[in-house]
Amino acid sequence: MNSILSRFSSTNALPANFDNEGGRQDFQDSINGAPAQFDLPGTEPARFLSQYTDVDSSNPAARIKLQHGTTTLAFRYKGGIIVCVDSRATAGSYIASGTVKKVIEINPYLLGTMAGGAADCQYWECRLHELRNKERISVAAASKYLSNIVYSYKGMGLSMGTMICGWDKTGPALFYVDSDGTRLKGDVFSVGSGSTFAYGVLDQGYHWDLTDAEAQELGRRSIYAATHRDAYSGNTINLYHVKEEGWEFIANYDAMNLHYDGPGDNVPGAPGGGYGWDVRTQGLSSKLEATEGQQTSGQGGRFADEQPLTASVQPPQA
Amino acid sequence: MLGLQPGSSTVVPTSAPVGHRFEPYDSNGGSIAAVCGKDFCIIASDTRQSTGYSIQTRYKPKVFRLNDKATLATNGFAADAEAMVSRIRQRLEWYRHSHGRSMPLHAIARMISTILYGKRFFPYYVYNILGGLDEEGKGAVYSFDPVGSYEREFCRAAGAAQSLIQPFLDNQIMFKNQHSTPEHTVPKPGEMSLPDVLKIVMDSFTSATERHIEVGDGLEMFVVRTPPSAQGEAIGAASVDLKAMGGVEAVGGEDEQEEGAVMVIRRELKKD
Repeated sequence: MNSILSRFSSTNALPANFDNEGGRQDFQDSINGAPAQFDLPGTEPARFLSQYTDVDSSNPAARIKLQHGTTTLAFRYKGGIIVCVDSRATAGSYIASGTVKKVIEINPYLLGTMAGGAADCQYWECRLHELRNKERISVAAASKYLSNIVYSYKGMGLSMGTMICGWDKTGPALFYVDSDGTRLKGDVFSVGSGSTFAYGVLDQGYHWDLTDAEAQELGRRSIYAATHRDAYSGNTINLYHVKEEGWEFIANYDAMNLHYDGPGDNVPGAPGGGYGWDVRTQGLSSKLEATEGQQTSGQGGRFADEQPLTASVQPPQA
Repeated sequence: MLGLQPGSSTVVPTSAPVGHRFEPYDSNGGSIAAVCGKDFCIIASDTRQSTGYSIQTRYKPKVFRLNDKATLATNGFAADAEAMVSRIRQRLEWYRHSHGRSMPLHAIARMISTILYGKRFFPYYVYNILGGLDEEGKGAVYSFDPVGSYEREFCRAAGAAQSLIQPFLDNQIMFKNQHSTPEHTVPKPGEMSLPDVLKIVMDSFTSATERHIEVGDGLEMFVVRTPPSAQGEAIGAASVDLKAMGGVEAVGGEDEQEEGAVMVIRRELKKD
């Protein structure tokens, strides 16, 4: 291990040969599969990258389109930490993927979330899993390694906004880390283009003494709100719960199904019914009001005079 | 820079200042796609290579056989793709020498990710789709962005005609926006037969050729499956006679090939 541990336990983590003297350095494959060092362009990496890659969606002419756009949230309460994210990745206005896993399972008791550059989050957070010892690493320490790593690359064009979530000796712990080098401890965070919409719902419903069911429902509704109002967020929603014994994956929800039908019958914490459709239509429009005995749930049958279709098919994830 | 004209006492500029810029990338058009089934995977690409509006060649393969269970499709800048594939092949060879077997698909996927991320600050301008069979013999598709973010999927299109092909595959392979009726139940994704998937892949590329100027000339479809000879009785994808469909044994890659493990089917596409 512990070359990375020793390298990144202080903020001065750049290896001695990682200076940018203007010439390119030869890349060497190391045996363990991790790059020994990074290949650099002749010019300053940040300027080079912004010329050819579309890191902050500000340069539509850039050839290399990286995946972007997100809503992620995590909050701490008496029962642990709720982590909830959407699954959309966009390249410009094209939806590059609707099945992205934005929660990174670092190990059985640590989760990281992904916003910004997908590869930056995947690569560096996966490397945190190498942090093993006789004793579990604290969330504070793990997040500090991550922030030290990205701080050492500051100005070179990395892009990530992440929340490191886990349960350690101190109880549930939550840290926000981004590629500027910011590292914050806190109770409620939301990151990404849809974060403002998520915060709106989250702050309204949050308090420390939430039950597990209430907390999970709050996470779902907050991300749903973001998928509804932020075009860069959507598709499906992944919900995780971090408990004392480790994290647990709760479920994957289709954002459209949440809008019309809600998370399903007998989901703890959910009152039943859709999050968006019923509240906007019930008792407001004679056209949309269902008459006695007519079914309004399901993918079809959104209008009273339309025949409802039977259950839609959910593709199982690979 | 100034030059002196012979026989003249006055200084006459003979050349204008020239601006030089480091231009490390080109875009070579074309499109790739991969679809997997229960026990097979199809990895396809067109064979046109272009720069801007001019066609450089009508036959430049973009799909590379890595071993009997893994095939890689590349798209973007052909020179970067070539350099990257040769590095991947070298690493696969090292692995085979030290482990005595081919690298499993999920490991190849992670390796490609780290190789791409190793050039995070000077990226390979290449979109990759890795297709093949996983360690359980199930079909698998892994798609990558140019700096190594990756995901396992059932189907994926990339390249110039990504936005034409992917929605079609979403509908025909993933059955997106299809709903069951009492007469017809929508099947589960990933369970379609090899001949059916082949037809959908061919239709994707003929249609993309009709509407995209950078797609055309030829279609190359790699079929990866458990070799018919490895089973007592050929079942599933292995029982499909690809030779009758014009399939040829795939060449290239890291190790000798088991007969029928990877085959290529070639088709013509419009050349205008």
